Amino acid sequence: MTQQGVRWTAEQVLALAPDAASRKAGSKLAAAGPWSAAGTSDEGTVWGLCKGSGSKPYQTVIDVADSTGPAYKCSCPSRKFPCKHALGLLLLWAGSDSAVSPGRAAPDWAQQWLSGRRTRAAERTTRTDAASGATSADPEAVRRRAERRAERITAGAAELEQRLTDLLRGGLAATEQAGYGLWEETAARMVDAQAPGLAARVRELGAIPGSGPGWPVRLLKECALLHLLDQGWLRREHLPDGLAGTVRSRIGLPGSPEGPPVRDRWLALAQYDTSDSRLTTRRIWLHGTESGRTALLLSYGAAGRAPELSLPVGLAFEAEVSAYPGAGQLRAALGERFSAPEPACIRPPGVTPAEAAARYGEALRDDPWLDSYPVTLTRVIPTPDGDSWQLADADSGLALPITPSARSRPGLWRLVALSGGTPVTVFGECGHRGFTPLTAWAEETPGATGQAVTLC
Amino acid sequence: MSSTSPASAPAAGLSWEELVTTALLGTDRRTPPGSGSGREAPVALLDAAAVETVRRRAGIRPVRAAVRPEPAAPERRPRLPPAAARRLATLLADRPGAGGGRRGAAPDLMELLPQWLASANAYGYAAPPEVLPALLDAARGRTDLRPAVLAFAGARARWLARLNPDWRFALRAAPGGGAALPGPDEPERVRRLWAEGLFAERVALLTALRARDAVPARELLASTWPTERAEDRLMFLDTLRTGLVAEDEPFLEAALADRSRNVRATAAELLSALPASALAARMAKRATACVAVDHTGSAPTIAVEPPHECDPGMERDGVLPKAPAGRGERSWWLGQLVEAAPLGAWSRRFGGRTPEEIVALPVADDWRGELHGAWCRAAVRQHDPGWSRALLGTPSTPDAGGPGAVSLAERAKLLAALGDGERAEWVAGFIATHGLSEAFQLLGVCAVPWAPPLGRAVVDALNIARDAGSYPWSFSGVMGLAERCLDPAEAVRLEPLTATPEDPENAAPGAGGYWAEAFQRLTTTLRLRATMQSELTPPP
Repeated sequence: MTQQGVRWTAEQVLALAPDAASRKAGSKLAAAGPWSAAGTSDEGTVWGLCKGSGSKPYQTVIDVADSTGPAYKCSCPSRKFPCKHALGLLLLWAGSDSAVSPGRAAPDWAQQWLSGRRTRAAERTTRTDAASGATSADPEAVRRRAERRAERITAGAAELEQRLTDLLRGGLAATEQAGYGLWEETAARMVDAQAPGLAARVRELGAIPGSGPGWPVRLLKECALLHLLDQGWLRREHLPDGLAGTVRSRIGLPGSPEGPPVRDRWLALAQYDTSDSRLTTRRIWLHGTESGRTALLLSYGAAGRAPELSLPVGLAFEAEVSAYPGAGQLRAALGERFSAPEPACIRPPGVTPAEAAARYGEALRDDPWLDSYPVTLTRVIPTPDGDSWQLADADSGLALPITPSARSRPGLWRLVALSGGTPVTVFGECGHRGFTPLTAWAEETPGATGQAVTLC
Repeated sequence: MSSTSPASAPAAGLSWEELVTTALLGTDRRTPPGSGSGREAPVALLDAAAVETVRRRAGIRPVRAAVRPEPAAPERRPRLPPAAARRLATLLADRPGAGGGRRGAAPDLMELLPQWLASANAYGYAAPPEVLPALLDAARGRTDLRPAVLAFAGARARWLARLNPDWRFALRAAPGGGAALPGPDEPERVRRLWAEGLFAERVALLTALRARDAVPARELLASTWPTERAEDRLMFLDTLRTGLVAEDEPFLEAALADRSRNVRATAAELLSALPASALAARMAKRATACVAVDHTGSAPTIAVEPPHECDPGMERDGVLPKAPAGRGERSWWLGQLVEAAPLGAWSRRFGGRTPEEIVALPVADDWRGELHGAWCRAAVRQHDPGWSRALLGTPSTPDAGGPGAVSLAERAKLLAALGDGERAEWVAGFIATHGLSEAFQLLGVCAVPWAPPLGRAVVDALNIARDAGSYPWSFSGVMGLAERCLDPAEAVRLEPLTATPEDPENAAPGAGGYWAEAFQRLTTTLRLRATMQSELTPPP
């Protein structure tokens, strides 16, 4: 795929920034002032010289045509990636500033890097082909490894079952004193058992006793669901294939996108990051405009780095997407892309609050561990309800409460401002805790564009 | 979210509440009834709880909708061009404290927000609704932004502010006499708000009325005047400063007998700004009695004989009898008399001389500073361009420009009485002679963008400062002003200055690099301002 000739939007560029500080620093360099000898080639390369604090300007070059995402090179010493110079130059280019002259040949220093990169990329492709050949050559070893891991997980699941029954025997009330340590230790045991899904759930159990009134109910629910997952694993041979796949993915076994590639025009519905001390996880929700499917793309970045994949909300593109295994799993992998993302005024078809709640209920049939399900609500009005908020159906007396965590985010006020008391379309995640709004669209009026507004 | 009440009995025959109670106490202490399924009691309990949890989640239903908010008034202003909307988002993202550290060559975006808002308001654009929260947050932290932000944010911002207590300020200050204040055709609402409103609402009402029509506002105030508290009387009286007219005199004259000293002083000050008032005439009589031209010497000289006492009449007319520590009381009284006397009286006193001629006269016995200082205050108070011009003098005079004890602050105030062009010329002349170190306050009163001669003077002076070898942060105040006020067209002329020069011998080490950086920031900011303006220009 090439994106030659297609300029990006400023949002698209800013989504590449590793953090808010880079976004800001990049925006400041998005003026012609510090740049000289900037240009862009028909092959999709953007370059320029940026005057910094030193006497020698920084050489910045970006290859936007690469199908795996843009590649950057800058002579500045920054360890941020991409650096502010790359962001600034891309913003300058996105703003179609005359400082970046189009249709030129890249200068030598940029050309050198480009050709080096393309050679390496070609080598890598050959090597990967060879490497994948090598792994498939020894299926016996793969099978043995998988078996060993399954045994470990089984031992871990059995141990966890024992802990849960001990807990229920002694009573949940006792856990309030036991504190966090007990759960941390159990979580570590699950990591040893190579079951990261179990480990994460156990760690979350530890936080519940301190989470305020009603904690015993929440703890019992989560313990019961963990027990259900343990049991699912221990008896996976008896489960239908789809459910067994769901259990495997919930346990944390890596899957590969085996589903048939679905080609569609995909609309980016929402993109948001969550991070812990080691990892930034980016979730991107896609809506297939032909197939009507909803797909979730996950992308990871090491702490301090933005995940590579970035699809600004409101843009649509032609691509193939393949599903990961497991019933009710929406996760998919992005395959070949056939067009560059372009602004689109498509909106996903929406449902009422009652239908949204029913959708979540139905989705639990395939995956009982599901916390929420993506839905688009149509004609709802953000409405204050005491200290909380809800999305009230404009045409009936029903509403979905907004989740407590979404209530404290600035996005809530953007949603309220966008609505102004009139019906809006809202995409979000609907679950047992309530509705988390992620993206909203207003009716088109003289004052508002009707474009997608991100809330996360 | 509400869950369905169980339609059928849960799997183990226990209700959810019983399951929770048993789990809390532990199955050792409380054997769940009906746990005869052959499995251990805790396992049976977990099985039942799992089924029940999923069942309850699957049965989730919407809740009853609360009372929906009244819709905001529809927006009728035109939509921002897309590039301008993106620019606004960038400016708002640059919140102070977000990055910190040295600015380097990058422009200070938050400082450009006031200009952006002024231009957007001049075109009458509507604010995109989704940026209202960020706009209101910015205005919450910076009161100087509030009027422009609230004008731009419009009716929907007030609608939002009613839902979020953080933004209450938007409701207090309805710009342009917003929906909250009654209009001129609603005398009944005016009277009721005046009678029953909170203090802040009453001040807002009076200010808005006064801006519209001076006389009814004063009459409204007079109707309740004797019953108001002293602090309130002072604030209300202060609103009369706007649109002061000769008809206000009787009311102000009566206020000279007020119980509160501060109210009396304010009334006197307002009366002295009415040159035809009786108080002004009384003051003129007293002041001119103290100052005379002495023809006995070789050249005519001004002789000053300050008052010997502060009589009750003077006190009633607002003269403060007690001098501050360190000042002689006679000169203190003289200053107040001259300050409150109409300037026109001096021409008559000095045989028809012009202000320039009067200012040029020598003053005997070191009274010059006192007398000229008082004239300055009078010229500012009476907004008299002729006297302001005379007192400012020519900007290039060597004794720091301007005659007498005229401080920079007073000079800045005198400049305000001149027209935009004349003011810019004067400050340009001042900078050309005296450099930038004293110019900050004077630049602050000049119209934006700076007129070409002024802009050139500032750039030339910066260039001279650089060649003199000092560091640019000695001029950071002027640099910051230049970034905001210089005409963007000047960017071309600044281009050569952005190169890093060789450090001259006497220069501070590394200064050249910092200057280049400062000029880069200046040109970048100017370009950015030009881009901002073109983005806001409506498409043809």
